[in-house]
Amino acid sequence: MNLLDLVIALPALGFVLALLMPRTQENAIKMLALGVSLATFVLSLGLVNGFQSGQTGQQFVTDNIWIASPEIHWHVGIDGLSLWLVILSTFLTPIAILLSWKAIHDRAKEFFAFVLLLEFGLVGVFAAWDLFLFYVFWEVVLVPMYFLIGIWGHDRRIYAAVKFFLYTMAGSVLMLAGIIFIYLRVGTFDYVQILAAISSGHAMLTHTEETLLFLAFFLAFAIKVPLFPLHTWLPDAHVEAPTAGSVMLASVMLKMGTYGLVRFCLPMFPTAARENASWIVALAIIGIVYGGLVALVQPNMKKLVAYSSVSHLGFVVLGIFSFTQIGLDGAVYQMLNHGISTGALFLLVGFLYERRHSLAIADFGGVATVAPWLSIMFLVTTLASIGLPTLNNFVGEFMVLQGSAQANFSWTVFASLGVIISACYMLWMYQRVFFGETNEEVKHHVPDLSLREWACVIPLVVMMVWMGMYSQSFLPVVSEANAKILDQSKMNVPLRVAAPRMTEHAPPDLSRPPVTAAAAGGRADAR
Amino acid sequence: MQNLWLIPALPFLGFLINGILGKKLPKMVINAVAVGSVVLSFLLVLNIWSSGGDLAANPIHQHYFTWIQSGEINIGWDYAVDKLTLIMLMVVTGIGSLIHVYATGYMAHEEGYYRFFAYLNLFMFFMLNLVLGGNYLLLFVGWEGVGLCSYLLIGFYFVKKSASTAGNKAFIVNRIGDFGFSLAMFLIVVNFGTLDFTKVFAAAPGKSTETLTAIALLLLLGATGKSAQIPLYVWLPDAMEGPTPVSALIHAATMVTAGVYMCTRSAVIFTHAPIAMDTVAIVGLATAVFAATIGLTQYDIKKVFAYSTVSQLGYMFLGVGVGAFSAGVWHLVTHAFFKALLFLGAGSVIHACHHEQDMRHMGGLRKYTPVTMAVLACASLAIAGVPGTSGFFSKDAILTAAYGHAPWMFWVGVVTAGMTAFYVWRAFWMTFWGEYRGHGHPHESPWSMLAPLVVLAFLSIAGGFLFNVPKILEGMFPAAEEVPGESMLMGISIAAGLAGIAISYYMYVVNPKLPQRISDGLGGIYRLVYDKYRIDELYDATVVNPVITGSRSLLWKVMDQGVIDGAVNGVGSEAQLAGGWLKMLQSGNIRSYATWVVLGAVCLLILIGVAEGVTR
Amino acid sequence: MAEAMQSINLQAGVPISWYLVLSAVLFSLGVAGFLFRKSIITVFMCIELMLNAVNLSFVAFANQHKQVSGHIFTFFVMVVAAAEAAVGLAIILTVFKNRETLNIDEINSLKN
Repeated sequence: MNLLDLVIALPALGFVLALLMPRTQENAIKMLALGVSLATFVLSLGLVNGFQSGQTGQQFVTDNIWIASPEIHWHVGIDGLSLWLVILSTFLTPIAILLSWKAIHDRAKEFFAFVLLLEFGLVGVFAAWDLFLFYVFWEVVLVPMYFLIGIWGHDRRIYAAVKFFLYTMAGSVLMLAGIIFIYLRVGTFDYVQILAAISSGHAMLTHTEETLLFLAFFLAFAIKVPLFPLHTWLPDAHVEAPTAGSVMLASVMLKMGTYGLVRFCLPMFPTAARENASWIVALAIIGIVYGGLVALVQPNMKKLVAYSSVSHLGFVVLGIFSFTQIGLDGAVYQMLNHGISTGALFLLVGFLYERRHSLAIADFGGVATVAPWLSIMFLVTTLASIGLPTLNNFVGEFMVLQGSAQANFSWTVFASLGVIISACYMLWMYQRVFFGETNEEVKHHVPDLSLREWACVIPLVVMMVWMGMYSQSFLPVVSEANAKILDQSKMNVPLRVAAPRMTEHAPPDLSRPPVTAAAAGGRADAR
Repeated sequence: MQNLWLIPALPFLGFLINGILGKKLPKMVINAVAVGSVVLSFLLVLNIWSSGGDLAANPIHQHYFTWIQSGEINIGWDYAVDKLTLIMLMVVTGIGSLIHVYATGYMAHEEGYYRFFAYLNLFMFFMLNLVLGGNYLLLFVGWEGVGLCSYLLIGFYFVKKSASTAGNKAFIVNRIGDFGFSLAMFLIVVNFGTLDFTKVFAAAPGKSTETLTAIALLLLLGATGKSAQIPLYVWLPDAMEGPTPVSALIHAATMVTAGVYMCTRSAVIFTHAPIAMDTVAIVGLATAVFAATIGLTQYDIKKVFAYSTVSQLGYMFLGVGVGAFSAGVWHLVTHAFFKALLFLGAGSVIHACHHEQDMRHMGGLRKYTPVTMAVLACASLAIAGVPGTSGFFSKDAILTAAYGHAPWMFWVGVVTAGMTAFYVWRAFWMTFWGEYRGHGHPHESPWSMLAPLVVLAFLSIAGGFLFNVPKILEGMFPAAEEVPGESMLMGISIAAGLAGIAISYYMYVVNPKLPQRISDGLGGIYRLVYDKYRIDELYDATVVNPVITGSRSLLWKVMDQGVIDGAVNGVGSEAQLAGGWLKMLQSGNIRSYATWVVLGAVCLLILIGVAEGVTR
Repeated sequence: MAEAMQSINLQAGVPISWYLVLSAVLFSLGVAGFLFRKSIITVFMCIELMLNAVNLSFVAFANQHKQVSGHIFTFFVMVVAAAEAAVGLAIILTVFKNRETLNIDEINSLKN
């Protein structure tokens, strides 16, 4: 049981404890949830502290057999790619809990329990190194989010929740099929061993098989990202979700998709990934421009931010499929940036909603006069979101676009349009909400930030500046992990052709001994 | 060793203090922090100026930390000072200090006093970053940052819709320019592997002309945004919604010249891309003429000067485009003096007339505001290029170089110079001569406002001598070729300026009925120019509205909600329909299930029987 | 031991198909009863009948193949059937107490 296990287990423990507490002790439950999530965050900082850069491969590894047959391991560990995503999850959960303090009255016990369960799933997803375990966590995340939207959402919550659930399930079932196929072929669920088997050619994937597997995984992740045209669940889910749900959904859950693309699609199916890159990039760029244009005309703040997410996540996908170091680094960095800045946007929109009980832009106006600090914080977040240098998103966007320029300059030209559009929709919304004459409703119902709200906002704003000014605190470990992934995603067609072909009916056992040998080697230098 | 980081850090500190605590601080403290921080920066710059040693041989270069690092690409937070930067630093901090002092008087009775100075200090921080940055990305940091401050300050009176709209417009139009700039940066990294000025410029001569032309043209697109050139100049006239000190500092003296600075900084790239150079010159010249014609007809005193700024910036680009980089920078410096003065003087006039900006409601102010009149006269002489004033030297240098490049450019430039002299002096006569046509009693401004004006007036007249930019920058750029008949060219441009002044005197003092008759005579053409050629309306009709309606009706309603969601919900309802049929099977009655089981078993048995029969 | 086996074998004059036919007839009777009778008790007894029909074929096959697994299965089935009878009858009793009917078509409140 090492630190990482603890970080994963603590929210689960909190979940169980919260469920065991009596429903009437609302405050105690909230305190418990906050305490557990804060403790988890503090513990996860220990991961940063103990993380040793310069070592590619996982750290804080635990590898025990979970289910004996088929052999499924509790194999968790983190590398530079997952480290910051784990931190992002543990960082945002206390904020999500704190911001729901007053907003949730109905069934508070279940709400806070579900938020902890969500954290458990999210940390698990980013830490799992066993494909089956990954899948389990992937689905675990789905459950609390489904209920968060379905129970504590707004008017059309059931529609949104079901849509969200079905969309995601449709993709993840394909991924499950892919995982099982790989298991049948390689005989293990272990990521490291599978990777070794695939890269050494022992998995004997034909070209078609590789492409189909790639597509199965890709579809699951693309829905989660969401990549155009699979994005329509997102605006509905966001608009209907409670603030905490929106924050967690936008900040962390979407990153599961992009994380999956980097972690699984690139290294496991390098040839297919590269062959399919062109249309994926095309979709990403369409998403960037399309999401921005649709965001431009949204009358609802949350929908606007949701479509802006489609646009921003397009950058991430673009960076990933540029297959350049800086593009990939930028994509990962952009995942974190988007988590911080869009999380903050949803948070602040949530504050506005708590005050005015409306999300329609037209119901606001002149908020800057009555709530100056709220407006300033919103402005900083807006600027971060549209990529102002010295704030976080700029660094990520710059790197992504630089990476895509190295791959294909025309991609960059089109994707950069998104940067212009983002300024249009964000500033236009900002103008309509915060500037102008203060209307009566706003004047009486929109006070400035309370202490609790400050406590939610300040960490996020600090992170925006920090990540924008000193990316070196975060990027080096990411770069190392990405360098390895890029190396693994080199097209190794010749190697695969050279590998001995076996007949269709050969028992899979025959391929095992070399696999495990190679995997053992791979794991040895991973440690 | 100079600590360069202190120069931008001081205004930033001022921003933090005023921004966070300003609401509770007394005005004196706000003033001290805001003005003090900028003046201190100015003193630091002066220190470099006086003790810097030989900057041409040893430019100062300081590396603070690595900002972005990935793979081969490493971008540091580096500040560098060479002579060009030093000139820019002098202009920015020097004029910045004066305008800060002025603003303490001008803004004295405004709400959000602390906010104003916080923004102004933040602007200084970003502007200093822009000129100090040792690589393109850091320049871009300042570039975007000043855009942000411009946005905030234009929209300073955010309750007014026109102000916040103008702010948005400025930011978004600038974003279009930044689109070009960032693409240029990406191309530079792809081709050079770095963004450091020294490394890029060292390697630039070895690259292909096509690459350099592409980079230069994209940089130019960036510059047209920030420096308000055709086609992206539209934001600058609207930017006059901001308080007048802002117009003087940001939208006349410093920020809008960033494009010129950037092109000059990239001189090596531009000189190796002749097509781009020509484009720069033509864009500059076209903007100069175009904006000057609009300036002829405007009545809002700030709008007149705004179009004048656009036009003068065009001059600077003309200078850069014909290869006379140092002349362009020279004009940048002198323009900073006299245009800041024009705006501040206009502010003083507006202040005197109780916030009236329409010149038709002014007049006869020479009796009430003699100091303002005197300083504005200095500025107007300078911009008209009267011999001996600062504007004369720089403008003449540009026009001479233009003649050397292509004579027709010189002639267009001369005509523009004549128009410039005309409209500036038209404003002068309309404001100070004749009878007062406004309301209330005009009054002279306080000395906190007038003192900076006097300093600037001195600089407008003598700035050409004091800052002989081509001399300072000698050796940095390829020397301009000698042009034959230089004195005759000088004579022509002087004559054009004087003619402009004379005509305006005749039209607005001697024979005040004449302008009305001319404008009536011109009819539609006059209306078109008066309406600024209706370029804003053109952009609205061709770009803004199609994008918005297209996004709303086509992308959102049809594509997103119709096609994609339609498909998704369609699949859903199909599944429900199928489920509805299948539901019949699931009656919930165990015995009906059992019947199905039996039927199934019977079928199986029959099948087996048939199979047996077949195999047998 | 060998002689004992021999004696069992001698008794196996009855061909296996007879056992199977009997089992099938019993089973079909059970199915028919299960499907068409209204009373829960009868339905319940029919289920037992089916189980016993299966038991019969198990034992018959066990004898045929000289293996004990058939017997073991039979024991299992009998144990389960006994448990089922205990629980089932208890449920039937409760149902009758509450509803005062054993008509299977009227006891459908779990549906919908």
